Amino acid sequence: MAGSGLRGRLRAARFPLAAPSWPTTVERPDPERRIGLDYDHDWSRRYPVRLARAVVMDNLARPAARLLAPATVRGLEHLQHVEGPVIFAANHLSHLDTPLLLTTLPVEFRHRTVVAAASDYFFDRTWKAVLSSFTLATIPIERSRVNRKSGDTAAELIEDGWNLVIFPEGGRSPDGWTQPFTAGAAYLARRTGRPVVPVYLHGTRHVQPKSAESEGRAPGGSGTESRRSSRVRRSPIAVLFGSPLYPDEGENTHRFSDRVEAAVATLSREVHSDWWQARRSVSAVAPVEGATTAHRGPVASPWRRAWALDEPPSRDRASEWPD
Amino acid sequence: MSRRPGFVLEVDKSTPPTLFWSGETFGLETLPEGSRVIYAPEPMKAIEDPYRAIRHALLHPEGDRDPLPALLRPGMKLTICFDDVSLPLPPMEAPDIRQMVIETVLDMAAEAGVDDVELIAALALHRRMTEEELRHALGDRVYDAFAPHGLLTQHDAEDPDNLLFIGETDQGEEVEINKRAATSDLLVYVNINLVSMDGGHKSVATGLASYRSLRHHHNPQTMRHSKSFMDQPASELHSANWRMGRLIAESGVKIFQIETTLNNDTFPSNFGFLQKREWEWSLRDRASYAAASKALSKVPPRMARQIFHSIRSPHALTSVQAGEVEAVHALTTANVWAQQGVDVEGQTDILTMGLPYICPYNVNSIMNPILVACLGLGYFFNMYRGKPLVREGGVVIMKHPTRPEFHPGHHPSYIDFYEQVLTQTIDPVQMHKEFEESFATDPWYVHLYRTGHAYHGVHPFYMWYWCAHAMAHLGRVIVVGGDPKAVRRLGFSPASSLNDALEIASDVVGPSPTLTHMHNPPIFMSDVH
Repeated sequence: MAGSGLRGRLRAARFPLAAPSWPTTVERPDPERRIGLDYDHDWSRRYPVRLARAVVMDNLARPAARLLAPATVRGLEHLQHVEGPVIFAANHLSHLDTPLLLTTLPVEFRHRTVVAAASDYFFDRTWKAVLSSFTLATIPIERSRVNRKSGDTAAELIEDGWNLVIFPEGGRSPDGWTQPFTAGAAYLARRTGRPVVPVYLHGTRHVQPKSAESEGRAPGGSGTESRRSSRVRRSPIAVLFGSPLYPDEGENTHRFSDRVEAAVATLSREVHSDWWQARRSVSAVAPVEGATTAHRGPVASPWRRAWALDEPPSRDRASEWPD
Repeated sequence: MSRRPGFVLEVDKSTPPTLFWSGETFGLETLPEGSRVIYAPEPMKAIEDPYRAIRHALLHPEGDRDPLPALLRPGMKLTICFDDVSLPLPPMEAPDIRQMVIETVLDMAAEAGVDDVELIAALALHRRMTEEELRHALGDRVYDAFAPHGLLTQHDAEDPDNLLFIGETDQGEEVEINKRAATSDLLVYVNINLVSMDGGHKSVATGLASYRSLRHHHNPQTMRHSKSFMDQPASELHSANWRMGRLIAESGVKIFQIETTLNNDTFPSNFGFLQKREWEWSLRDRASYAAASKALSKVPPRMARQIFHSIRSPHALTSVQAGEVEAVHALTTANVWAQQGVDVEGQTDILTMGLPYICPYNVNSIMNPILVACLGLGYFFNMYRGKPLVREGGVVIMKHPTRPEFHPGHHPSYIDFYEQVLTQTIDPVQMHKEFEESFATDPWYVHLYRTGHAYHGVHPFYMWYWCAHAMAHLGRVIVVGGDPKAVRRLGFSPASSLNDALEIASDVVGPSPTLTHMHNPPIFMSDVH
C-alpha cells in the first residue's frame, strides 16, 4: 500500500531527513526553557493574536464576567480626557482582578493593554506562559523588586503605545487589606512620562478567593475548607477608577508611589460611601503627622483586621450561615 | 546560555554523519567509530557599540604611545594603511570593521586639522582591490572623500619611485617599504586579525613591502621552519617579520597600530547549520541542508561560486586595541586564541578536512588547484600550536573538487606555474632555485599586477612554499572527489570516496589508524598536547 510504503520510507529515513541521533559520548543538555523573565512574549502582541484575543474577550469573557460577577464601575469619566498610554495601578485580591479590569476598560484601552504578571507564577511553565500571554496579554515581571529587564520591557511597551496594568502590591492580598506598594508603577511613570490611573477593585476575593496553597502555606483545617475557599462564587464587586496622577516636579519615585497608594486607598473608601465622604475621611487622617492614608488596616490580630475591613458579606456566604 | 568552548567529539555508533565541505558544495560523511571531530568554540559576544570601543582604544593606547589625538597636528603627514580584500573570510556584512576604525581615525584627524592624509591598501603582492571591494571595506563616505582626489591608493610593490629602502636586519634581510608610509609623520595601520599570524610587525613589514624585501621570508626555508605560522615563538616567518619591523621602528617610522579581532560567527542564519554540531541540527537546519546541498549539486559550479561569494559573514567585533605594535599584538593574539583555541590531546595518523570555497586569495574569484593545496596544507594544517594535529609521516585527506580552473585576470601566473613548473617539479626548494626569479621579474606579470587585478607573478610560488612544512611532515596527501589529473599534478593521490581514501592511507599508516576531522570553518586553532 502507498501509505505503508510512505510510512516505511519515513521510518527508514536517515539523517538529515530524519532527526540526528545523539552521540553517546556527549552529555545531552536539558532542553533550553525560555520561561520566566526570559519568555518571548512578542507573539502575543501581533495582529492575528490581538484579533483572536479581542474576539474571546468581547464575546466570551465580558458576558461571562457580567453573569458571574456583575461589577459596579465608577470613575470611567477620568479616562475620557486622558490620552493613552496610561499605567493602571490597582490593588490585588484575586485572579479575577485582571480579566475583570480588562473587560471593564473602555474599548479604546481594552485591546491595547498589557498586564504585568508575576514571572514566577504565570511564566514558570510554558503552557501557563502561553495561556496568560494569549488571554490577557501578560508580560513577565519580577514581583519583589524593580528588575532592569522587566522594567525595560514594560517601558518600551508603554513608549510603543501600550497601556499597562500593574498590581503594585506584587501579589494578591491575603486578607483584603492592601499590602505596601512596590515602586514599579511609579518608576515606569517617571521613566516614560505617562500618568498612573489608580484603580480600586472590591469584592473579587469573595468571588474567587486566594487559596491557602497559593500562598505557600500548608492548608489549614480539614483541607475541605481550602478546596471550598478556591471555589468561584457569585458576589457583588466594584471597580473604581481615580483621576490620572502625574509625578510632580522633584518628586522622587517612592514619594510618587506613596501618592498612588494613597489614591487607591481613597478609592477604597468610596465603595461604601461616595466621593465626598471618602475625601472627608482622608482629610480627617491626613493632617495628623505620621498618620497614613493607605488602605492597610489595623495592626491587630487577623480577626480584628477582617472585622475592621467592614465588608458586607456576600449573599452566598450569608446563606451559608447557620440559622 | 553561556558560550561553549571548542569540543573534540569521539565518534560512536550514535554519531550522525559529519559535514564535509567540498569547494562550492558540501556533504555528509560517516566517519569510522573512534574517530575524533574537532568543533570550533562558539562565537564570543560581540562588542555592543563598536564605535565607542574603537574611540576608547584610540584614546587609551597600549605600550609606549600617546593617545591618537595627541599625535595629530596641523601640517603633519598622516598615512592610514589597511588590510586588503583577503580579510576577513568570508567578507563581513557592512559596515566592515575597517570602515568603522578609519572613520573614527579620520574624525580625530579632522578635529586636529590634519590636511595631508592618504589611505593605502596594504596589498603586498596581492591583487589590487576593485572599486566595489574598496567601497565595501571603507564605506562610501571614506571612498568618496579620498578616491576622487587620488588620496586612496593601493600599495604598488613594483613602483620604484614609491619604495624606500630602510636598511638590512642583523640577518642580512633587506627592508624596503612604501615610501609614502615610511616618510609620514605618523603611519596608522588598521588590521583585521582573523588568525594569530595576522598583524603585529607583519602588517607593515609584509603588507607594505616589495618583492626585494618579501623574498627574505617568503621562501621554502623560512616556511619549512615555521611550525606553525600560528604559533608565534615557533614561527620563523614571525621572527623574520619581527626583525624587519623593529628595524623599521628604529629607522624612525612612527607607527600607530590598530588591531581588531572578530568572533567566528561565520555564516548568516540561512547557512547556520554549517557552523553547528550535526546532532544539534534542528528541523530547519536539516531542511536548509537538504535544500542547499540539492540545489548546489544541480547548478553549474560557476553559479554555485557566485552564490557562495555573495555570502556576507555576520562576524562581529570582539576586541580592538591600539598603540605600539608589539604591546598591541600581544593583546590581540590572546584575544584571537580566546575565540579560536581548542585543546586537543595527542596527534592522529590521519587528518581529514573538507575544504570550503574560499581562502584568502580567491575572494570573488576561483579556487584553483594551487590554492586548494595552500588552503589545505598551508592554512588548515598549520592551525595548531605545539605539535601538528597529524603525526610525522601521517596522512592528510582533503575533500575538494580541485578542478583545473583559473581566474585569468586574478591568477595569470598561476596558470603558467601549473603548466610549466608543477609539470617539472613539486619540490619547493628546486622550484625556488630554478623558476622563481623568472616569474617574479616577468614584465608581463608585473604589468598585470600594477595595472590590472592580478596577483604578482611570484605569488603561486609563495602559495606552494606555504605548503612546505606540511609536505616535509606528511607521508601522503589524498584528495577526495578531486579532478584526478589535477590532483596528481599537485603530487597528491586522488580518491573517489572517503572510504577509498582511507584504503589508500592504510598503505602509509597501517590498517587501524587513528583519525581526526577538522570541522572547519568556523576557524579554530588546536592546542595539541
